[in-house]
Amino acid sequence: MLLLTCPYCGVEAEETEFLGAGQAHLKRHMDGSTDGEFTAYLFERKNPKGIVFERWRHVYGCGKWFHAARCAVTLEVFGTYSAQTFEPPKDIIAKIKAKRPEWEAKP
Amino acid sequence: MSFRIPEFGHLIDRKKPVSFSFNGKTVQGFAGDTLASALMATDHRMVGRSFKYHRPRGIVASGGEEPNALMNMGEGGRFEPNQRATTTEVFEGLTARSQNHWPSLNFDIGAINNRLSRFLPAGFYYKTFMKPQWAWKHIFEPIIRNSAGLGQAPSERDADRYEYFYCYTDILIAGGGVAGLEAALEAGRSGAKVLLLEQSPHFGGRFMVDDVMVDGRDGPAHIAHLLAEISTMPNVTLRNRTQGAGVFDHGYALGYERLTDHAPASTPRHRLWRIRAKRIITATGALERTLNFAGNDLPGVMLAGAVRDYVRLYGVAPGARTVVVTNNDDAYRTALTLHAAGLEIPAIIDARPQGGGALAEQARALGIRIETGHAIAKVTGKKHVTGVEICLQSGTGGAVETIPCDCVAMSGGFSPVVHLWSHCGGKLNWDAANAMFSPDPSRPPTDQNGEGFVLTAGTAFGALTTQACLQSATLAARQAAKEVGRSLKAETAPREVQSPDESAMAPIWSMPANAPYKLRAKTFLDFQNDVKVSDVQLAAREGFESVEHTKRYTTLGMATDQGKLSNINGLAVLAGALNAEIPDVGTTTFRPPYTPISLGAIAGEASGPLFKPTRKTAIDGWHESHGAIFEPVADWRRAYAYIQDGETTQDAITREILATRGSVGLFDASTLGKIIVKGPDAGKFLDLLYTNMMSTLKVGKCRYGLMCNENGFLMDDGVVARLDDETFLCHTTTGGSDRIYAHMEEWLQTEWWDLKAFTANITEQFTQIVVAGPNARKVLEALGGLDVSREALPFMGFVEGTLGGLQARIFRISFSGELSYEVAVPASQGLLLWNLLLQAGADYGIAPYGTEALHVMRGEKGFVVVGDESDGTVTPHDLGMSWAVSKKKEDFIGKRGMQRSFLVAEGRKQLVGLRTLSDTEKLPESAHAVEDGKAIGHVTSTYFSPTLGHPIAMALIHGGRDRMGDVLSFPVGGKVHKARVVDPVFYDKKGAQQDV
Repeated sequence: MLLLTCPYCGVEAEETEFLGAGQAHLKRHMDGSTDGEFTAYLFERKNPKGIVFERWRHVYGCGKWFHAARCAVTLEVFGTYSAQTFEPPKDIIAKIKAKRPEWEAKP
Repeated sequence: MSFRIPEFGHLIDRKKPVSFSFNGKTVQGFAGDTLASALMATDHRMVGRSFKYHRPRGIVASGGEEPNALMNMGEGGRFEPNQRATTTEVFEGLTARSQNHWPSLNFDIGAINNRLSRFLPAGFYYKTFMKPQWAWKHIFEPIIRNSAGLGQAPSERDADRYEYFYCYTDILIAGGGVAGLEAALEAGRSGAKVLLLEQSPHFGGRFMVDDVMVDGRDGPAHIAHLLAEISTMPNVTLRNRTQGAGVFDHGYALGYERLTDHAPASTPRHRLWRIRAKRIITATGALERTLNFAGNDLPGVMLAGAVRDYVRLYGVAPGARTVVVTNNDDAYRTALTLHAAGLEIPAIIDARPQGGGALAEQARALGIRIETGHAIAKVTGKKHVTGVEICLQSGTGGAVETIPCDCVAMSGGFSPVVHLWSHCGGKLNWDAANAMFSPDPSRPPTDQNGEGFVLTAGTAFGALTTQACLQSATLAARQAAKEVGRSLKAETAPREVQSPDESAMAPIWSMPANAPYKLRAKTFLDFQNDVKVSDVQLAAREGFESVEHTKRYTTLGMATDQGKLSNINGLAVLAGALNAEIPDVGTTTFRPPYTPISLGAIAGEASGPLFKPTRKTAIDGWHESHGAIFEPVADWRRAYAYIQDGETTQDAITREILATRGSVGLFDASTLGKIIVKGPDAGKFLDLLYTNMMSTLKVGKCRYGLMCNENGFLMDDGVVARLDDETFLCHTTTGGSDRIYAHMEEWLQTEWWDLKAFTANITEQFTQIVVAGPNARKVLEALGGLDVSREALPFMGFVEGTLGGLQARIFRISFSGELSYEVAVPASQGLLLWNLLLQAGADYGIAPYGTEALHVMRGEKGFVVVGDESDGTVTPHDLGMSWAVSKKKEDFIGKRGMQRSFLVAEGRKQLVGLRTLSDTEKLPESAHAVEDGKAIGHVTSTYFSPTLGHPIAMALIHGGRDRMGDVLSFPVGGKVHKARVVDPVFYDKKGAQQDV
């Protein structure tokens, strides 16, 4: 059971206080998108053995959505940040790279 | 025979006899006995039958690893199967029954399986139960069902209570043996908050049994010294009868405390500790392994350490003449203990050619016969040991001598208890010198900071000598203290330990080394699941090379003991059969909990009404006292119908509908979701959420809307009212109130965060009451205060004001098809409004109606219910509601999804009405329409309509809208129902009744 810190209310809380909702930074495809783009947006998800960026909601707390960067293998958490962004913050990317020089952020 | 002896037994109180029942007979033990020791003291040597072959089985171990002595414990609401006799403390009135035999333990019909064992090899069920197929139902399955499972299933509800306890600590130590206590003392000195859990009632572990001197104190004295020092530390908590059951992510751990299993009381029986620790030290000791020789499962063959435990701790001799067989020095301690107790040791069989060290010298000096380089070829005896045939370890089992004995104490070396280390990903090293897997401190489980959070100490770490054990505990404690931000100034002086030097053990996986098949086929690895050496070798021959596959094919390690005794021996045998190295074969996965824990403890207080609280409306008490029967809808309970004296449920539903359609009815709609959406961009936001246009809705008006998910499938519906320029009130379905609120927040926060709109879920803040029927207006007028005329408040209008003295919102919306007002007031005034309406409507025979009347009336009108007519794969177009899907809007959730090829394809299921050809025969729920042998659709709602006097139904049928007038067949249970496809609106298609 993970411990995560909500970036909005600052509370470090048990996983049961949060709702996990899968891969972060999806681009929404709308009217006018190709079938391939739209299917990928709906269904295709990464499942790396390593660094993941995930959507979470502090559902039994402040109710805010946020993102978490963590390692799915070692369970190390590199940081949590606002969901209202299109890419992970630079400081979190730097923190990951410092610890995992071989890691490359794939689009 | 096994019996009580006058020597030793410091855990029992001989002045306090305790009587209990075993297999219906009264047995006497002493306070402090375990069920196992008390049974052994009274010569109960056979305590159960094995799972597959029904072989006689006796007590093997003295702790949680016990595979054989499993009991049906307790009676009635306190009955529980598969309880280990070795971890059950006796108390006055305890009842236990042995398992897996019929008609009795001594004479068991199922023992025929033992004779048939040749035909029941590993994986026999995969091979045997293949053909013919009919035999499955009539022969194989009944046999398997009859023989499956060890104990019986409880037949009554659990009479006990359980609870959770939440706990935060710097350092958690699992295990209260000497390593755990030394670690607790050292960590306690740093000022860190320390919690130590010990699964048994007593602290001290092996130190309470084995001869050792530490700082001039013997084992028990040293433990007493540690406990005394720790008791002065307010920052250290010790807890006995509490097992460290599991280690999980980020320092989360479970403790399993057994509060009343040893002394029944009305307090909670078990307590589940939910612990967050910054660092965890596992000091869980090591388990002794069995040796692989033929007949090693007979009652009387025991672990050498366990034999020693029974003698020392409980004053019980497992046998009068005990042969010790070993591949290491530790078993000599058992021989020395037996000798000290005045018991006979005909021989020590040591498989090592060079024999043992200092302890062996002591034994030899006492005149005990020692045979080095020897092995047990087989154990003789039927229901218990009568002797052993000994042979050369290097040979094929040609017996050189038979030694009569009634007990065999075996030791195959030790396996550190690495379970807690491994639960969350700690890796293991193969220690070839000691033939064991031990934790690799360089690869611990990691926490949220990427740092190892589990350390190990003592024999759990693989530190088998006393000196190394104590040192590792102190080191682990110092490291943990430092890592939780505490410091220890002075180095702690190492303890002065006196214990005999030990010679190296020898890995012996087969006894004798070249045992032929007939011996291997009686050599047991897993006693509980009856897996033999020959089974694992067969699996290897058949290509099961992975240890995980072999485990599942042979069932090795899959019983309630999870292979605590058998796994290492099993994978060593597998490695031998595959010509591979043991570390290359690897271990199976260690999963929590360490030993089985009660389901009650996992549930805690969450059972019965507390499992999930029932949501009730403000009027619920009135419903209950007026004959309501309830149905669950989401987490709510809603009045299904109000049964009056002498009525059947159907009578009540019919009465409620006719009263509503004929005069006026009253309905508690408070459970429907109510969400306020407010802000300058509220309209824009709702246009994205709903499939139809909401921003054009005028203040004071209502509009019905549909919500889809991004796939284009219907997910909710409801009426939206515009309260003012910037404020909308969105009604959702009862089941949707929380889900839709969360859905709105998700899109607002994560996709359209630029929109200036806010949401508030006010579902529980308001009571909402429907007044429906031709006389509805008169009832509201009788309450007075608001103009509710057609002109002032037309159909789909909304008004706010004072009604009967209450501040109210009135919506002119209708789900029944009648003239209908929905009146919302603050929940605190809900019951008052309900009673005012009942009074005002008395002259019109106002009738409260329940959810079933509501459903029938909406069915008559052809209105859909999300979840009945839709199932997550249905679009608004499928339901004939294209009018509610905007073609003008650039974007809304589901717009792109609805364009996907299979959603626009021909022949999708479409909503239609169904009229049965018979006026008395209602279509069964969910019946499938079948045509040319193919299912072409299904019934979504089916009712008898009292208004129309015949059954009505709705269905989703492939291409249904083009099939008006066709007669379809619905075969159900041997009968074929016929119904004609019709328009789904059966009543007042023009809507004249609701717009008056």
